[in-house]
Amino acid sequence: MKTTTEEAQAFGTMLVAYGYIYPLQNHKKLVMCNDSSLYRFQTPYFWPTQKWVPDDSDYAIYLAKRNIRKKGVLEPYEQAHYSHLHEWLNHKWDFIVMQAAEQYKAGKERKKPDRVVFDCQERAYWMVNRPPRCAHSAMDCGPERLIDPNTDEKTTFDIYRRKNMFYQQAIMRSKVKSSVSLGALVKYITTYKNHDPLLASCLPSNPWQTDHDAYWTLNMRRVEVPTKMRVERWSFSLFELLSDLRGRDDFKIFLKKEFSGENLAFWEAAEELKWGTSSSMSTKAETIFKTFLAPGAPRWINIDGRTMGLTVKGLEHPHRYVLEAAQTHVFLLMKKDTFFRYLKSPTYKDIQKKALNPEPHNFSPANLEQNALNRSPGIHPIILWQQEEEEKAKAAAASAPVDVKAMMSKIDRKK
Amino acid sequence: MAAEKAEMDALKKECDGLRAQIEAARKAVNDGSMSAAASGVASVGRVQLKLRKTLKGHLAKIYAMHWSADSRQMVSASQDGKLLIWDCFTGNKLVAVPLKSAWVMSVAFAPSGNLVASGGLDNICTVYNIKAASPKTLRELDAHTGYLSCCRFLSDTEILTASGDTTCCLWDLETGKQKVIFTNHIGDCMSLALSPDMNTFISGACDSLAKLWDLREGACKQTFSGHTSDINAISFFQSGNAIITGSDDCQCKMYDLRSDQEVICYQDASLNAGVTSLALSSSGRLIFAGYDDFNCHIWDSLKGEKVGVLSGHDNRVSCTGVPDDGMGVCTGSWDSFLKLWN
Repeated sequence: MKTTTEEAQAFGTMLVAYGYIYPLQNHKKLVMCNDSSLYRFQTPYFWPTQKWVPDDSDYAIYLAKRNIRKKGVLEPYEQAHYSHLHEWLNHKWDFIVMQAAEQYKAGKERKKPDRVVFDCQERAYWMVNRPPRCAHSAMDCGPERLIDPNTDEKTTFDIYRRKNMFYQQAIMRSKVKSSVSLGALVKYITTYKNHDPLLASCLPSNPWQTDHDAYWTLNMRRVEVPTKMRVERWSFSLFELLSDLRGRDDFKIFLKKEFSGENLAFWEAAEELKWGTSSSMSTKAETIFKTFLAPGAPRWINIDGRTMGLTVKGLEHPHRYVLEAAQTHVFLLMKKDTFFRYLKSPTYKDIQKKALNPEPHNFSPANLEQNALNRSPGIHPIILWQQEEEEKAKAAAASAPVDVKAMMSKIDRKK
Repeated sequence: MAAEKAEMDALKKECDGLRAQIEAARKAVNDGSMSAAASGVASVGRVQLKLRKTLKGHLAKIYAMHWSADSRQMVSASQDGKLLIWDCFTGNKLVAVPLKSAWVMSVAFAPSGNLVASGGLDNICTVYNIKAASPKTLRELDAHTGYLSCCRFLSDTEILTASGDTTCCLWDLETGKQKVIFTNHIGDCMSLALSPDMNTFISGACDSLAKLWDLREGACKQTFSGHTSDINAISFFQSGNAIITGSDDCQCKMYDLRSDQEVICYQDASLNAGVTSLALSSSGRLIFAGYDDFNCHIWDSLKGEKVGVLSGHDNRVSCTGVPDDGMGVCTGSWDSFLKLWN
């Protein structure tokens, strides 16, 4: 694979940032510029691989030396460092000044060109290890690790017992053969290949490339007519269909025709319980019981006796995952039966036919410039969320099962 | 004393025996490799992505970023003490959230878009409401004894955090209290990721192990080993049956959850820098891994080959993210810039 210019430049910048090469002219900017600016190799003495710790006394000596050579030559940030070091290294300041004077004298005895080169090298070294404010040092490693995992923990009975239990559970858990599991993985990737904007073009165009947000507008939550790609995605799995709220709407239309909407309604109610506020949990649990689980409930769901028993008992003390078993059961029912019937149904075939297949955009450079100028912020997602909540409330009110008893008593009272 | 020692030895023997059994069980199901499974798949060729935008606005190292569920907005955190919320389509900054502590290491966007959370060396996860006219602190979740390395919202009422004190924690945002503490790691937890169905999550830590936890049971279900250094980045595969990890040992690995083992290792002799962050393209075919060598390298997840590189940052790439609609990838770096590519 050939190296691109950008990669070569990034590599060059890395070498400069770590101080293996240093710039001569703009010595404060540790980047590799792709122009005629001059760079020089750093002497191995100053390479980071020498693993010296550039401590404060060395830095103080360096700054003092420069001060001796010519007063007022320090940059403001260096001056700030110098003052600070003078304060806290005060106890060895005589030593520092003496060292600086010695180094300065030794430097004077060198030939001028050698001295100039050494000064540049030393300056480059300190630029890497003591960068000016707002510059980013490559020597920075981020915060130290808090806990050392290699410290020998005193292994007690308890730890061994817990480990053994964990391992036993791990062994008991069923495993799937690699070939099957990996086959499924490969199938997943291949299925979604055309839906990956980084691998296949998306219609009408990728908003990041053309600065035109038609794609997002066509794929909004509440479009009348979805796009063909979106409808195709719904057929990949029940999870996909339910995750896309527009798909869920279409599924609901199908279920209404089949008079079997209670499974999905229960699944949705369970989701609400899982992710909702804890204050609303007990009321939700009660409503769910009355609507779906109680004997003779208006939207009674058909789950096996054992799950029903466990769920009803759990509802006495509701928590987020109290409906987990029932919800999984219902999901599997829908997945194994209803979902496939939906895909073969006239409802789905109808939406497939109606779905839009937008024409790919063909923008000229002038068009693209215009697009860039016309970019708008779009609808704020919080507004969309609020609209969604309103729609949900309306739907809940509309689909609330008719309380037959109340209706009858009302009629009786009228009589 | 002798009896105690004998019992300890018996337990240790049992432990080793069980571990050997697990290894044997793994070998038994290992009847096919990734190269065999992917042999029929065409290569993706060279993936060359163009730099579309550079987002400038931060003044110091960017440590973390997270896409919003609408795939247009994105929040980034920098050690200049600010969270910036960007509209990546227009390139505008929408909201600036000033932080109490500038040492931020992680940021997250709630799926509803109402809340963002951040945390770092202050050990606290602060949740902000950005719906209001100016961002208001909703909660300060203070119970970790180590730095906050990663946080992710489950909904507007629950958030998961990973910390340098080796624990992960599930918090209730309504009460501000911890609900479940997940303890099992023996090194700093560096990152976490939620499964697509939100029933489980995975965490990577400095003990070079990745663990799968069940949110409903509050316990560790599976452990994956193989790395030889800190795991810095971890991500779920979209199908929910595989995970990808990136580590300081310069390798990325994919582990299959159902067969409980490592299936492929993404390594290259020329790569000597640690992996800092990971993101997957929407089909899962491409892995974008940010490295310490200032680049983000692109791997073909099925073939295990390096298929591209995103170069342009002047310092290490600290965070990578692909939005839900998969339109492109965003990289954030210690050079204080965010770049959008596709």
